[in-house]
Amino acid sequence: MQWTDEGIVIGVRRHGEASAILELMTREHGRHVGMVRGGFGTRMKPVLQTGNSVSATWRARLEDHMGNYTVEPLRQRASDYFGAPHAIYGVSHLAALMRLLPERDPHEGLFNEFEAILDGLEDAAWAAPQVARFEMQLLSELGFGLDLEECAATGATEELIYVSPKSGRAVSREAGAPYADRMFKLPPFLTDPSRAPSGRDLDDGFKLTGFFLARHVLEPRGMQLADERMHFLAALARALPNVA
Amino acid sequence: MPTAVAGPEIERLIQLLARLPGLGPRSARRAALFLIKKREQVMTPLTNALQTALEKIVVCKTCGNIDTQDPCTVCTDTRRDQSILVVVADVADLWALERAHAVNGRYHVLGGTLSPLDGVGPQDLSIDALVARAHEPQVNEVILALNATVDGQTTAHYITELLGDANVKVTRLAHGVPVGGELDYLDEGTLSAAMKQRTLF
Repeated sequence: MQWTDEGIVIGVRRHGEASAILELMTREHGRHVGMVRGGFGTRMKPVLQTGNSVSATWRARLEDHMGNYTVEPLRQRASDYFGAPHAIYGVSHLAALMRLLPERDPHEGLFNEFEAILDGLEDAAWAAPQVARFEMQLLSELGFGLDLEECAATGATEELIYVSPKSGRAVSREAGAPYADRMFKLPPFLTDPSRAPSGRDLDDGFKLTGFFLARHVLEPRGMQLADERMHFLAALARALPNVA
Repeated sequence: MPTAVAGPEIERLIQLLARLPGLGPRSARRAALFLIKKREQVMTPLTNALQTALEKIVVCKTCGNIDTQDPCTVCTDTRRDQSILVVVADVADLWALERAHAVNGRYHVLGGTLSPLDGVGPQDLSIDALVARAHEPQVNEVILALNATVDGQTTAHYITELLGDANVKVTRLAHGVPVGGELDYLDEGTLSAAMKQRTLF
């Protein structure tokens, strides 16, 4: 068995003295693990940093074997993040999200989005809404997508400003008014990428996606929202004190 | 079927040597044979040294360094600049900085770096002790000498946040072109970091 694909490093663990177990999010083969001989050596360690893009060739005798990777660097982004707290926490948070995907299940749309966010992660104002939308897209790819097209109660498509925590569906201003204190707010930037979010919108957006990530994806696996997400949001708040 | 060529004591020695970094089963066998041949010159002093180390080596309760005394030699050295605290991930990093005579301050060994993948959180590292030391009145600067990896720099940012209310300057090591390094052979990430952190010449 052999294939070559483009991948983004989402996890590296030491194996023995100098080798590494590499976890890649690949474009065509999904989240895929393999061993890199010498992956913890001085030549490969800078390449195998979370967020870097590599060209990976995977070889194994049988398809269900873990197999070996041979990797070549394509785009080394990790060092770009070192100076910005939101970027360094952000890349860890995004990688942790990608590790929630089932292994060897291609998600090309999510891969493209992941790559685009990593390319612009240093720009906090641009990256913040992208990451919130990415969390929503991940929910959708995992089968827990939020239905934000029409009101769950009336079918209305205008003034959708709430999301029901029970159904994950949008609710209009009028239908949601009596239950406003129990609803999540639906910030416009989540459904319309052309709308710039305010600080409050970002807060509402991350509360919404965080709730459904925790309930549908993490809690059934005995997990909870990672510390990196909390640090990422705190770093965003510091980096964007005057968001419009 | 392979048959044992040596007694169980020798096999045990080989097995234990093979666990050392840099040694595999074959090189462990060579090392064992060497030790056996040089019993008086090497094996006995090595055994004694290992026994002494086992009995005397302790972890410094102040900084996390390993030494034969607690507090360690570094912490008790009054010639060191008490205003500088150098934060390193492991004792090996402390030794590397000492070999280079790079800084004359005191150290704090974290015992690793934050790593969500390996389940290493703040509670697994000596971070609370570091924060307490950074609040000591004589400390003016905390140098974060951590690895230029995502985990190392995540740890650096995390510590920087915690030291926000300590009245200290928090600095970190520069990332860039190593001495003797040729640009043509440097990886893209190092070059990018070097360019970003260029200084006035």
